[in-house]
Parts: sequence; structure tokens; C-alpha cells
Amino acid sequence: MPFIEAVRLALAQIRVQKLKSFFTLLGVTIGVMFLIAVISIVQGMSSYMENDFAAKMLGVNTFTLRRFPWFGDGAQSEAEWRQWVRRPRIYHSDLPLVTRAVPLGSRIAVESQEFLIAATQWARPKQVEAHAVDGDYFAIKKYDVASGRLFTNQEADLGAPIVVIGDEVAKYFFPNLNPIGRDLRIKGIPYRVIGILEKQGSVFGLSLDRVAIAPYNSPMHRFTNPRGDVDGIMVQAPTPNEMDEAMESVREVMRGKRNMRPSESDNFFMETSASALAFMDKLKTIMTTAGTAFPAIGLIVGGLVIMNIMLVAVAERTHEIGIRKSLGARRRDILRQFLVEAATLSTMGAIVGIILGIVLAKGISMATPLPAKVAPWSIVLATLLGTVVGVVSGVYPAKRAAGLDPIAALRKE
Amino acid sequence: MTSTTDEIPLSTTAERQAVTNGGVAPEKDWVIVTRGLKREYDMGGEIVRALRGVDVAIRRNEYVAIMGPSGSGKSTLMNLIGCLDTPNAGEYWLNGMLVSGMHEDELARVRNKEIGFVFQTFNLLPRASALHNVELPLVYAGVPGDERRKRATEALTRVKLGDRIHHRPNELSGGQRQRVAIARALVNTPAILLADEPTGNLDSATSEEIMGVFEGLASEGQTVIMVTHEPDIAAHARRVIVLKDGMIESDDRRENFRAKIHSTGGASKIGI
Repeated sequence: MPFIEAVRLALAQIRVQKLKSFFTLLGVTIGVMFLIAVISIVQGMSSYMENDFAAKMLGVNTFTLRRFPWFGDGAQSEAEWRQWVRRPRIYHSDLPLVTRAVPLGSRIAVESQEFLIAATQWARPKQVEAHAVDGDYFAIKKYDVASGRLFTNQEADLGAPIVVIGDEVAKYFFPNLNPIGRDLRIKGIPYRVIGILEKQGSVFGLSLDRVAIAPYNSPMHRFTNPRGDVDGIMVQAPTPNEMDEAMESVREVMRGKRNMRPSESDNFFMETSASALAFMDKLKTIMTTAGTAFPAIGLIVGGLVIMNIMLVAVAERTHEIGIRKSLGARRRDILRQFLVEAATLSTMGAIVGIILGIVLAKGISMATPLPAKVAPWSIVLATLLGTVVGVVSGVYPAKRAAGLDPIAALRKE
Repeated sequence: MTSTTDEIPLSTTAERQAVTNGGVAPEKDWVIVTRGLKREYDMGGEIVRALRGVDVAIRRNEYVAIMGPSGSGKSTLMNLIGCLDTPNAGEYWLNGMLVSGMHEDELARVRNKEIGFVFQTFNLLPRASALHNVELPLVYAGVPGDERRKRATEALTRVKLGDRIHHRPNELSGGQRQRVAIARALVNTPAILLADEPTGNLDSATSEEIMGVFEGLASEGQTVIMVTHEPDIAAHARRVIVLKDGMIESDDRRENFRAKIHSTGGASKIGI
């Protein structure tokens, strides 16, 4: 019997027993549904991390000299953490040293932030993410203004009390007003708003538009980093190739300045998007393993259900098998008929599961900040998996059917 | 071929003995030749000898009934002739092929090509249309879909069901169902039509109708072998083989069989 004939037969069989087929499919459907949803979310998160998070939070070709890593999975032990907090801080005075070390054409900026209370006469006081920056901060971060302007060099050097604010800050503190030229008081000190940043969106549900950025030399730095240190010094190499060179140079001058012996390991950290994303790979592995274990159980149960149903089908259709054998069906014809039926059932279950899985993933990404991205390979994988589950669970029942004695099978009604 | 019953060549006893004794392959003309066919069953340690050496020779175009009481071995013989079972000993030649000793898949092939079954309980697939039921043997023969439908429709038309091809078995009367089964049996143009109690589930009027169909097929040159325990039905065949206790008791022309029934005053004397 040709393959296509067997498929047609299987579909007819499924059509006749809609409800039974539906329950048979359930296990595989649920398994595949969660598989697709989990893979979609893991995929979505990692592509989000790589494309949006890394670019927005860390910048391209950029590294940040810090006391210890900010992003990532944190200290691995209590001892490591204690070692980290004993490290010397990064000060604004390190800036000239770094500036001299990095290749020509690099962009450099200090970064220093704190959540501070801001207020205007039009809104109740509220926390904003206050930054005290200088140098090429806006260029490295790829920030541009939607209206108004950025700081001039003179303003930055002089530490003029001015701010560039995020979209949300503008809307909250200046309702129905043009904020440009108006004052925003941060910790009681008035800063003149000179520009509003373009809307940045959010990362994992955290808004990037709640910022108020003032020059480093303005009074702001007394609040963001009262000890005179900075959170980090950002360096953007002119090309990706010069990135390693820039990092090595900075390592060299920092170790030199701190009089470190060659045997000592660095007591500072240079954070890149790669180092921040390393933890994402770890997270991805954990999520994929944990996230596929549950669907795997679903698929195994689904397979067992199909095997059970197929065994029942063989028993119910013994007479039919006898008829087919008397008409010249060979062992392999019967075997194929039942295998194809199990595989068709299971593949249909997988297809339904794929559709539900995509819906589930989209639903999760809409209801929560978790992003979802349906990977085409996961659809292929799920379909294949469905077919394989069907074939594997169909083998035993199909063998039983194929091995029936035609006379005995015919006699059974 | 529209010859009358009398003109059909019936094999003679001498010819049959000659062909069943010869140790070589029978000539093509002999559709069925069995030589010393034996079949034993092991029923929980007890050996039941269903057939104890049966020599049957049937020539092309013969219309033969196999009779016998229950336990005579006629079902066993039918299963062997129908290639559903294999003998423990003896030879079985079907259409020039030595079938005894073939393995399962070869037997399936022989069933598909050479044998058309008609069963007492019709054995149609209940959920399939008449057309699909008749197509089945062609499906296993690997005939492509279009030709399959054409030949199945032809076969159904031949048994006068051309207007019922899309009906399911439960939408057909008993006689119509049996005609669907006959169409299915004929669709692969088999060497033999093997009917097992074809009228067992039918009333007498419908039985006559079905026997008429067999009659017509036989007169068109189809070899028909019918297994039955009803003398009235067996009397439609031109030759009657009577089995008893796993052996052939008699093998004779219908006329003689009838005479025997009448002379002995009923079926009881011939063990029916």
C-alpha cells in the first residue's frame, strides 16, 4: 500500500473518531505547546539581550572601567564579594590617565548615577534616575534630543546647573508644558532643562526614560557620588579591532597607577557587552534545560497515550485487519497503516501544540515584560518531535496488528 | 462464453487421479491440485487431525461445491485453498504455483492476485463505501487511484450495483452487501472465486439471487469454489466434493450427487 494511501486512511480514521482523537492528541499538544513557548521566550530574551539590552545599556565597542561588574550574575561567593568591596574605587581623577592611554579617536565619559528626588511646582516630588556625566556620554549612549539641545563643552567644563531629561520625566514634571527653559529641582537645587531625550523604551520592564542628566561638574555629582568617586569610566573604541588594544592600555595604566605586582590579579573590572552577556548564556542553558524537561514529560505521556489508544484500536479493528489480510495486505502494509496512523495523530497534535504554543508565547510577552520570539527551527523541531513520538509509540501496536493470524482475525467480530 | 451447464467440460475421475498422483507440476489447465494435504492443530496438547491427506484437482472453469458436516475439515480445506493457512504436509499447487511452503508475504500476494473471497458474513469494512471496499484489493496490488476507481466501478456494475457505489454497507440489504463482496472478489480477476457459505446469512429468495450471480459468473468461465453445508446450495454447483473426517468421501458430478440424495432419502446418509 502506498504511503499516501496510508495517510489518507489515517486521516479518515481520525475524522471518524474526532473526540477520541482529540483526547489522544492532548498529551503531545500540551508538550509541544510548552516546548514552543519556552523556546520562544528563551530565544526572545537572548535576542533581546544581544540586540537591545547590550546596545542600550552598554553600547557598541564599548567597555566600562568599574570597581567590579555591574551586570551579570554577581559575585560567586561571599569571599569574592568581600574582596570586591575592598577594591579601591574609580575616581574622576583617573580620567586623564585613561584618556591618555586609549587609542586616538576613542570616546570617553564618566558615569555616575543615583536615584534622587526631583520636584517642580506642577507635580508631586518623585524619584528620577539622576546622572552626572561628562565627555562623550551622549555620543557613546547614542542619545539624541527630541527637542532642545545637549550640553556644550563650556557648560560641561563649568558645571552649569542644566539637565537633559528623559521623556517620562518631561511628561510627569511638566504636564502640558514645554519643559525647555523651565527649572527641575533635584535635591532642592534647580537645574534648567535644556533638552528632552528621544523616547528610549524599556529593558525588562524598567523604563529608560526616567533619567535626568546633568554635567559632571555641576552640583549633581555631590549627590550621585558624594565620595568623589565615579561609577565607571566608559570608553568607546573607534573600531571593534581597537577595542582589545584600548582595554589592554587601560589595564596597564591602572595597574601601574596602583603599583600592582605582576602576580596580583586586577582589582578593577572592564565590563563589555560580552562579559555582561556571558551570564545570559548561563541563564539560557538553565532555562532551556528546565524549560524542556516539563514539555518532555508531556511528550512521553502523550506517547504512552497514543500507544495505549493504538493498542485499543488494534483490538477493536482485529476483524478489519483480518479482512485486509485476506484481500492481500502484507505484514508491512498493516504495519505501515498503523504506524502512519500513530504518526499522523501525533503530528497533528504537534501542529495544534505549535499554534497554541505561539499564542501562549505571544500572550506571555504581552502580559509580562518577558519578550518572546518564535524561532522557525523550533517549529520544525516540534513537528519532527511529534512525528517521532507517534512512530515510536506506534511501533509496538503496529507490530501486534501486523502479526495477527488472518484466520483468527477474520473470525473475531 | 454463454454455454449451458452441460457443455462445460468437467474433469473426469481418471484425469483427476492422474494429476494428483504425478509428482511434477500440474499443467496450467489445472487451477488447483492438492496432493496428500494434511493439517493438524495442537489444541492444548491434543492433536486434532483436521485434514488427513486430501487430493483435490480442479480444472479451470469448474464450478465446485465442497460439502461436509461441521468437523469434517471443510473450513480447514477452504483456509488452505484460500492461502490463509499452510498445510503440515502435502503439496498445494495453485494456478501452476507451488503455494505450500510459501512464506507469509508471498501468500498475501497470492491471495491478492489469485483468490477472490466471498464470506458468509460479507466481511466488508463498515465505514467504507461500496466503491472503497471493492477498491481494497487493488490498493494492495498497487494499482493507481484513477484506474482503481474505474475497475471497481466496473466490477460493481457487473453485479448490478452501479447505482449504489457510494453507499455504505449499513445502507445496503444483505443481498446487496454480498454482491459488493462478490464485486470485491472479482475486481482483481482472480484465478478462483472462493465462497465460504455465501448464502448463510441470507433468506432463501436472496440466496437464490446470489446463486444466480455465481451461476452467471461460472458460465462466463470463472472458476468458482463454494464451501457449504446446505445440499440445496451445493446442488447449484456442477461438481460436489463431500468431506468427512478430514478425508474426501465422494467427488462427483452434480447429477450423481442429486441422485444420491434422492435415493438415500435425504442428507443424513451422506453425513450432512
